[in-house]
Amino acid sequence: MKILTANRLTDGIAVWYADGGWAETVDRADLAHDKAAEDRLEVIGAKAYADNEVVDVNLIDADVVNGAVEPVRLREKIRAAGPTIRSDLGKQAA
Amino acid sequence: MYRYDEFDHDFVQARVAEFSDQVQRRLAGEITEDQFRPLRLMNGVYLQLHAYMLRIAVPYGTLNGKQLRMLGHIARKYDKGYGHFTTRQNIQFNWPALSDIPAILADLASVEMHAIQTSGNCIRNVTADHFAGAAADEVADPRPYAEILRQWSSVHPEFSFLPRKFKIAVTGAERDRAAIQTHDIGLHLKKNAAGELGFAVYIGGGQGRTPMVARKIRDFLPEADLLSYCTAILRVYNLYGRRDNKYKARIKILVHETGVDEITRQVEAEWQELKDAELKLPEADIRAIEAYFAPPALTDRPEGDQAVKLARLDSKGFSQWLDQNVVTHRHPDYAAVTISLKGIGEVPGDASDSQMEAVADIAETYAFDELRVSHEQNLILPHVARADLKAVYDALVDIGLATANSNLISDIIACPGLDYCALATARSIPIAQEISRRFASLERQREIGELKLKISGCINACGHHHVGHIGILGVEKKGSELYQVTLGGSADENTSVGEIIGRGFSSEEITDAIEQIVETYLGLRLNPQEKFIDAYRRVGPAPFKEALYAGEAKAA
Repeated sequence: MKILTANRLTDGIAVWYADGGWAETVDRADLAHDKAAEDRLEVIGAKAYADNEVVDVNLIDADVVNGAVEPVRLREKIRAAGPTIRSDLGKQAA
Repeated sequence: MYRYDEFDHDFVQARVAEFSDQVQRRLAGEITEDQFRPLRLMNGVYLQLHAYMLRIAVPYGTLNGKQLRMLGHIARKYDKGYGHFTTRQNIQFNWPALSDIPAILADLASVEMHAIQTSGNCIRNVTADHFAGAAADEVADPRPYAEILRQWSSVHPEFSFLPRKFKIAVTGAERDRAAIQTHDIGLHLKKNAAGELGFAVYIGGGQGRTPMVARKIRDFLPEADLLSYCTAILRVYNLYGRRDNKYKARIKILVHETGVDEITRQVEAEWQELKDAELKLPEADIRAIEAYFAPPALTDRPEGDQAVKLARLDSKGFSQWLDQNVVTHRHPDYAAVTISLKGIGEVPGDASDSQMEAVADIAETYAFDELRVSHEQNLILPHVARADLKAVYDALVDIGLATANSNLISDIIACPGLDYCALATARSIPIAQEISRRFASLERQREIGELKLKISGCINACGHHHVGHIGILGVEKKGSELYQVTLGGSADENTSVGEIIGRGFSSEEITDAIEQIVETYLGLRLNPQEKFIDAYRRVGPAPFKEALYAGEAKAA
């Protein structure tokens, strides 16, 4: 499964595409279960990039764990949570 | 210390205005990311995992209290209350909003600071010995020459689009504390037999995926020829350096592929065309820049000896700190102090807003308002009267910055790694923290003696692992972090690249492996005076391999 992620242009904060907009947390990100859905997300990402909403747009691997969406790779897990050495920073702090 | 002249002020103000306009146009959607990316990089703005990152230049690592206080202010107002001092004597903020960056740059400009040329394929911040101007063993302060290079290289029209980034380091002492042999150009300021100042010139050093020790191409270059000779080197590189492959584009590859004799011939030939033209430095200009770096008026403070003696008796902590973090100054009544940003279990190189402000106060009160950032990610007070050392120590204790571990195993260089960096393949900081905690006992660290441990979270080697006595490189293997160990690297006047010792270790295994290496060294050193690096050079990798992997060989 794939999800769409990027960084918001104005402040650089990591965001994920969810429910028709860009969410600041990953857990409810829209999941693409097949190639057609991935293509749809890619189109959305390309448009948001072209519209100057976000930068560094990527489709990344994800799983559903206990009902919440989680990225697969460590890099993306850290992006989704914040620095592992500072639990007071990033999304995990909220 | 150096103060902006009129030209500097106008130049930085103009750049702030220009980049502010570019940011506004980007936010308004008038320019695309593809158009904006090179502009933001020229002004030190990167995009990392969590947010933008702003890298601010600290020229040759020299700061005053007002500047450090402003960095603390920026950390508090625009970031998340801390900053990260880097191996290039710079500082990075990890969370600035793009929309705030014009205001940050305006604040920086108000204290004569900026972020120009902290990225891009240009000549980057020129670095220098962090004890410059204070060290007892230097022939002259290298910073005036670093400043001349800064002025020459700032928006240099010919050298703003090089094949790749370009780094210059300068030292003024035989004992190299600026790691000059790991730089594109390394300059060793020295005197010839006639007592004239000049440079031994090294080129082609570097780390990254292809580590190379720089080669000496000239034993003595008169100081007046500094810019013409550097121009000749840059011209040869700009002309022949590879642009087809990013990974082969640094001058080290050109030196390696061309051969040092041939490239020396090319540089010397180019130099013949330049040496007697307008780049020759007038004596008066050198001395004028030097005057900006005039040392503070150090009055005799002979009471220091007695004060230090008494304070030692009074405080074991002070005594240990004195032994480890305080070095000899050229004036016998003074000392240079290393403020360790490597507290046990802390993030190497990080300082909070309030720590920065408190250190600025200490510098203003006790250190003639002078500070340095070291490439080892610590702060330095270059001129402190010995009579004031106890007061400085007490003030540092109050803010948690009195760890007495300079040059010991917990004085670790670590890059930001996968906790922040978009290029990283593994985390560096948690490994540094765990090793630091494992060796927390100062008695044990002192028994081990000088040991430079350096950690990078990817092959780009920002954490200098290739030149650590013990180097650790984090990579990603099958989705997990794996840590490869190199031994025998060094970044001083006897620079060497470490050798990979064997298979890598998981994050759970790596600290045990480091401890095993240290125990092996303690078991084989000839005496407590034989440092780790000297012992390694004497015995080679075999005993360490045996200690780390012999069990596996037998099991197999």
